[in-house]
Amino acid sequence: MDDARIIRRRLSPRLWLAGGWLLLALLAAIFAPLIAPQDPLAQDLMLERLPPFWLDGAEPGYWLGTDSLGRDLFSRLIFGGRIAFIVAFAAAIAACLVGSTLGLIAGYFGGWADRIISRIVDIWMAFPPVLFAILLVAVLGTGLSSVILAIAIIDWTRFCRVIRAEAMGQSRMDYVENARIAGYGRIGIMLREVLPNVLPSIVALLSLEMGIAVIVEAILSFVNLSISTDDPTWGGIIAEGRLSIHQAWWVLVFPLITLILTVLSFSQFGEALKARFDPVLR
Amino acid sequence: MLLQRFLIRLLTMLVTLFGVAVVVFVVIRIAPGDPIAMMLPPGATDADIARLRALYGLDKTIVEQFFIWLSGVVRGDFGTSISLRQDVLGLVFNRLPATLELAIVALVMAVALGGTTAILGARERGTAVEAGIDIASGAALSIPDFLWGLVLILLFGVLVPIFDISGRVSPQLDLPFVTQFYFFESLLRLRFDLTWDLLKHMLMPAVALALPLAAIISQLLKQSLKEVLDLDYVVLARVKGFSETQVILREALKNAALPTLTLVGVQFTFLIGGTVIVERLFSYEGLGNMAIDAVINRDLPLIQGIVLVFALLFVLINLTVDMMYALLNPRLRHG
Repeated sequence: MDDARIIRRRLSPRLWLAGGWLLLALLAAIFAPLIAPQDPLAQDLMLERLPPFWLDGAEPGYWLGTDSLGRDLFSRLIFGGRIAFIVAFAAAIAACLVGSTLGLIAGYFGGWADRIISRIVDIWMAFPPVLFAILLVAVLGTGLSSVILAIAIIDWTRFCRVIRAEAMGQSRMDYVENARIAGYGRIGIMLREVLPNVLPSIVALLSLEMGIAVIVEAILSFVNLSISTDDPTWGGIIAEGRLSIHQAWWVLVFPLITLILTVLSFSQFGEALKARFDPVLR
Repeated sequence: MLLQRFLIRLLTMLVTLFGVAVVVFVVIRIAPGDPIAMMLPPGATDADIARLRALYGLDKTIVEQFFIWLSGVVRGDFGTSISLRQDVLGLVFNRLPATLELAIVALVMAVALGGTTAILGARERGTAVEAGIDIASGAALSIPDFLWGLVLILLFGVLVPIFDISGRVSPQLDLPFVTQFYFFESLLRLRFDLTWDLLKHMLMPAVALALPLAAIISQLLKQSLKEVLDLDYVVLARVKGFSETQVILREALKNAALPTLTLVGVQFTFLIGGTVIVERLFSYEGLGNMAIDAVINRDLPLIQGIVLVFALLFVLINLTVDMMYALLNPRLRHG
């Protein structure tokens, strides 16, 4: 079909650019110990606030410069990517499983199930999300699993709201009625007929949520409430950069560029995937 | 019809607020770490600890504690802040105006920027101008306020230092204000020197908060405008000889604005939620900044109070938007 080919061609560069950056960042994070030119934790006061390689006073081996404790910025960034991707995948998948399940139930079954789930979503939406996240991590105690749990506890509503609306729309379609007449059970219809049709939205949301999880982790590290170890995080580097912004701008600029590219890539990747899987567009 | 809708919404609003109160109470009570132990100097006797626990009602069961706290809240008594040793409601009211001013200025900016680009995009539909607006709004939407704040700090705080990147007002200034609404009061008092100083502090956090919302308004309003512009009555106005801009402003905008309005309500609550971290980023002395300090200090009464005030704000905004929608939508008005 000509139309499909046009859509596919227009979407391709977006998918490739976004996917390419994510793959690059992910590989750098996985193989960080092999790639990092320096120990990300090694402090050297003789090397503090070295500028990036193209400026005067740069040292070879410290490509993006060093922070106020003389730690290598490039090595810290790729090691920080490890925490970012672990949080992104784990938190987004957890939020997706809880939110999509509840959304599917509320949207397809309606009635009391819908009323109770929707009321809980309303209550959740009345919390400022960042404050909720900070509060949860403070309560659960800092650490990787607390950060993941906090993000999942807060962001399941994103999946629930969208999937509920879509499942509600799908359950009014003829094919659902036909399946019922054909004698399929309600849970069977929900899983075999409705779920595949809302899957493109789930995939897009999942990718978007990974970007959001990366940001929330950065925010939590920024207020010093994330993983509590010495391991570098993108938000932690940004917090240092914000403090020494007038002496060493690069400590803020490079993690910021990394975060922006990662967040943009996750959202664009999700959009492009949705367009690919969407049965109507395809 | 309208009254009935209003009462139902009011009731759900109370249920939501009660739910928020329960959730925040439960979350806070499972927190490890004894706030009382942190308040007392080392060497305090068990009797001292018990007396203080009783003073804050921490010796009762959790359900009793909840209803004692809730009955206080209903009477306007939110308790005493543990870290600041002041009345929680007083502290919250002292900081809330700064946050409201920031949020309202950001909202006005978002509506102005989003509205202008939507109208421009609809007028120039199908051209490079529209494509440019689409790309800009796509980027503005995908990048969250926290990152916009950092970008703005780098651009206008360091690279071209024209705005202040921390605080609400220059500390050396003599402030004649009687309310905490410094910005609005400076306008009313015609003290534009102070308005300018406040604006210089407020502009960057406000822009950081406004950009994602402006992008949403721009995208949605442009879409609605383009749909309306193909309708018969708009075509008729065009035949009558109105220019395209006149057609959009006089005929199309009124009918295209309704879906956007509903969305702006929800999005405005997201914007207010964003003030928490943006205030922190710019050391702006608002409610959100105080909330983060309260969490770090494990100041339970203050956290409860702030979360509840935020929740109240959110449900009130949703109620207002819902009522405005009902008033403006002819189908519901005469329903």
